[in-house]
Amino acid sequence: MAETAYTTADNDSYLTHDRGVLSWLFSLDHKRIGVMYLVSILTAFLLGGTFSTLVRMELMYPNKPAESVVAEKTLIPREIFSKDNYNKFFTTHGAVMIFLFIIPGIPAALGNFVLPIMLGAKDVAFPRLNLFSLWLWWSGCVFFLLTLLFGGLDTGWTFYTPYSTSTETRVVPAVVGAFILGFSSIFTGLNFIVTIHTLRPPGMTWFKMPLFLWSLYATALIQVLATPVLGITLMLLGVERVLSIGIFDPKLGGDPVLFQHFFWFYSHPAVYIMILPGMGIISELISVFSHKHIFGYRFIAYSSVAIALLGFLVWGHHMFTSGQSAMASMIFSALTFSVSIPSAIKVFNWLATMYKGSISLQTPMCYGLMFIFLFGIGGLTGLFLGALATNVPLHNTYFVVAHFHYVMFGGTMVAFLGGIHYWWPKITGRMFSEFWGRLAALIVFTGFNLTFFPQFLMGTHGMPRRYYDYSSLALEHPEIATYNFLSSIGSLILAVGLILILIYLLASLFNGRPAPANPWGGATLEWQCSSPPPYYNFKSPPTVDDPYDFTNIHYDPEIRGYIKTTDNS
Amino acid sequence: MTDEHHTIAESSHAGEHEPFLAHHFDTHAQQLNAGKLGMWIFLLTEILLFSGLFLIYTVYRSHHPEIFVWAHQFLDKTLGGVNTVVLIASSFTMAWAVRCAQKNQRRGSIVLLVLTWFCACGFLGIKYVEYKHKWQDGLLWASRFKPNEHEIEAIQKHYPDPGHVASDVENAPRNAGIFFSIYFAMTGLHGLHVLAGMIAIGWVLRRSIRGDFNSQYFGPVDFVGLYWHLVDLIWIYLFPLLYLIH
Amino acid sequence: MSPTTLPPIYHWLNTSLTAAAGQTFWLPEQGSTVATSVDRLFHFILGISIFFFSLIVVLMVIFVLLYRRRTDVTNDPAPLHNTKLEITWTVIPLIIVVIIFYEGFVTYMDIRTSPSQAYEVHVIGKKWQWLFKYPDGHVDEVLHVPLDEPVRLLMSSEDVIHGLAIPAFRINMDLVPGRYTYMWFRAVEPGEYQLFCTQYCGTGHSDMLTKVVVHTRSDFESYLKREANAFKDLPPAKVGEILYTRRGCAQCHSIDGTVSTGPSFKGIFGQTHEFLNAPPTLVDENFIRESILNPSAKIRQGFRDQMPTYKGILKDEEITNIIEFIKTLK
Repeated sequence: MAETAYTTADNDSYLTHDRGVLSWLFSLDHKRIGVMYLVSILTAFLLGGTFSTLVRMELMYPNKPAESVVAEKTLIPREIFSKDNYNKFFTTHGAVMIFLFIIPGIPAALGNFVLPIMLGAKDVAFPRLNLFSLWLWWSGCVFFLLTLLFGGLDTGWTFYTPYSTSTETRVVPAVVGAFILGFSSIFTGLNFIVTIHTLRPPGMTWFKMPLFLWSLYATALIQVLATPVLGITLMLLGVERVLSIGIFDPKLGGDPVLFQHFFWFYSHPAVYIMILPGMGIISELISVFSHKHIFGYRFIAYSSVAIALLGFLVWGHHMFTSGQSAMASMIFSALTFSVSIPSAIKVFNWLATMYKGSISLQTPMCYGLMFIFLFGIGGLTGLFLGALATNVPLHNTYFVVAHFHYVMFGGTMVAFLGGIHYWWPKITGRMFSEFWGRLAALIVFTGFNLTFFPQFLMGTHGMPRRYYDYSSLALEHPEIATYNFLSSIGSLILAVGLILILIYLLASLFNGRPAPANPWGGATLEWQCSSPPPYYNFKSPPTVDDPYDFTNIHYDPEIRGYIKTTDNS
Repeated sequence: MTDEHHTIAESSHAGEHEPFLAHHFDTHAQQLNAGKLGMWIFLLTEILLFSGLFLIYTVYRSHHPEIFVWAHQFLDKTLGGVNTVVLIASSFTMAWAVRCAQKNQRRGSIVLLVLTWFCACGFLGIKYVEYKHKWQDGLLWASRFKPNEHEIEAIQKHYPDPGHVASDVENAPRNAGIFFSIYFAMTGLHGLHVLAGMIAIGWVLRRSIRGDFNSQYFGPVDFVGLYWHLVDLIWIYLFPLLYLIH
Repeated sequence: MSPTTLPPIYHWLNTSLTAAAGQTFWLPEQGSTVATSVDRLFHFILGISIFFFSLIVVLMVIFVLLYRRRTDVTNDPAPLHNTKLEITWTVIPLIIVVIIFYEGFVTYMDIRTSPSQAYEVHVIGKKWQWLFKYPDGHVDEVLHVPLDEPVRLLMSSEDVIHGLAIPAFRINMDLVPGRYTYMWFRAVEPGEYQLFCTQYCGTGHSDMLTKVVVHTRSDFESYLKREANAFKDLPPAKVGEILYTRRGCAQCHSIDGTVSTGPSFKGIFGQTHEFLNAPPTLVDENFIRESILNPSAKIRQGFRDQMPTYKGILKDEEITNIIEFIKTLK
């Protein structure tokens, strides 16, 4: 039998149910909130990406090259920006990308939309709090924009004291913005935890939940436990600047390294906020596009929570050269390796899922595979940094920059792109062009590796990060200039790929083929309702099956999508 | 299928559904459980927020105990003690108010919420007196810590024994102002939470007067109560740590 | 094509990769005793990484090709977990990371523990300059050390957090205001090695560079003797000029009239200037001395209170020399 109990024949979806700007701005519908987040967050990504492009353009050539190359014609001027502006650019890039894009990222933009439907619920537990979280995001964004408009910020996104307490740039509005964004994150996490605990339909036990929900749950735990510490840290930084209370100022009896402890106590778990939802998406993608049950479901579920909790114990690995004791460094290093094991095993589980599967290389799967490749590099380079002896020379060099871009961009962003493509038909009701999807993925992959792989080499040769100019290094190691040049060219290719994605996705809104309920053959609940879903999600609580059981899911060429049959015919 | 609206203005009155039962919950019990879990998680985040300050207190006190011993005697233990009693009393009235809401005793809950509110006012009033005194006598944070003569005289009168560390003002520990940085950060943040609590109490008071609550639906009063108890609990830790150092 | 119009990549190909002797594809030359152990661990981790990465990618590619979806196939039910396999792929990585951790820890203890007898140099980091104070009292902005002897750096910052890194020696440590941190090394090859600031410290962060010069023992003795007598036969104004360039004054104060972070020294002696926080004052010997030791006391109109104090860094005699130098700038 082809039809299910929950596809709607109404011509009314959540997109069309209510009209007008106000019906969106004041909407309590998690799907609309998710869409508004998606648009906002991707806009922030474009802003952050613009600043990184400016940084890479400045670094394309050394400002004062060797005599023999000084007369050489360059594609762009050697020195484009002033030192102070450059410092503001890399700071803004970091702050915008981290606080406005990647931390809210997948949970807010995709999680909000997908979680209730995947769970089988009508909405999140606190829809008004959800809307409030969105408004808080917009408010935080306003403060960041004020920071930019009124002089900018040049402390680096890490705000280390005493530089951040003494610089003349706009620290206070930036810190207020980040504080507000922190609360947006906390409330989203709180909402997700309560939703998963209290709104599961009958039959949806914890171990029947899809892994994306497990990852959102683990992420929400971190959001709720870690972010308040960032809150107090930023509050104290702001108060220190305004009132000089002296907590972090050595001249007044304070301790600047204490700031680092407070800051990283949040910011290390924060990176797990960034990666766990991404890994959740990859579990979905690999399984669906291999048309095969995920291998090691329980392990992956447990490992998500384990990574979330263990992630609270390792913050000191950002501080091996801060002057902290060797004993503390040793403990942090040992614990850091313990967190690496569950992540590695997840990768093996994904590969085992593909084994003897039925693999289709549609665009979401391209991103899934890209994730394994790029996160593989990112994760393995973490070994160099977790080991004490190798961390010492690599700390604060471009090796670190390359490592975190491989895990955050090659990991989280790639998973985000995979998730956007995967759920695009569900959210918009349209299919995008597979040709452009796969081509753009290839361009992004090429551009990304060309941008960031040379940075490992720059780092091992000693090039520090946050450097405006590397001329002296290039004089002794001319290949550093080449690596920087290649990296900058790579960033342009990457930009082309990303803009291409934006174009064909937007184009699909106008001329994409109308999407069937289940274009990819997923077995989770969101594929049981129409694309786009009705505003009420499900008329009656859906029947809960194993979310990775594809045995009854078959392709129907008439609708160019998948249907779930109730018998084995 | 009903023509349900999903906007913020209409969520509380969902048409054919029970009043104050949100559309995505099946029963009042489910809604209450969700709300309770949500509030407990929120309180956990508040504890973590304050824990940063408690950690700073611990770090500085263990490195510079002499600053804490010397500087805390500028605080008025009596006023602090009164504030503690006031807050504990307000927790009591708040808990009773929740019970009244649960038992459909509208008048009782209104009276008790009003009493709680006035206790909070009293707390903030005493805090205002303390802060004003500190401001006037130069007892401020970090580099602004410059106790004036009046204050020093008062101390010396209070501790006439010249061997007592407190009366030795000329040899005050270096950077003694750090104590007041921590004092103002902790009590200031706590005071902001008391103020926020007063707004929340005012809101459930208004809803109580309107008759929104009954034995089936009393969640908001319960949750504001939980928040208020945490605010009280934090003060119960702050008071001895700041005021009662030996 | 003439060399000056070739794109940089050709220069790279033409330039010797071993511009600095001993450099490999991944790592710079090994200038210190710990460098060999650090590099050994680096290559071990690199080998492990390449092995596992290749394994993962090769498997991924093979699976994609072998199990490509042909038609709408029904799968044979495949096992959802395999205890033996899962244990294997947990235990083996665990053993490997324990080894990596242990090796990293052991070498790290070498890096952090200086020998009891070491030549100690005090390092002062400030925006944006390094200053090295030697046991005999002289100050230099280049770090000169003897070959094959342990050198201990006792470091502190004057203002914000800086980081001192010498890539060839594989060492790196932050300089924190209000406390001391330390670092040690033992150089194995004579030569010059780059030294960088690795903790972001503002506008001049990437200018905060200097070098380490490793001398043979006898050359080092000569250096010390030279420094002790550096200014012996020079007139005070000449000494002042050397100090002007070497103590960081030149970073913010020009001598040709250009206004930069600080006012130019050209022609100021004898002038009367306006100040933000003091009445107009004559620039004489006392004023210059006060500006050096307590710069915040008088901030010149049009400038900001940014100059750090040189108390403890410049001796009285050196201040006198600088004053004499400034007097010569008409």
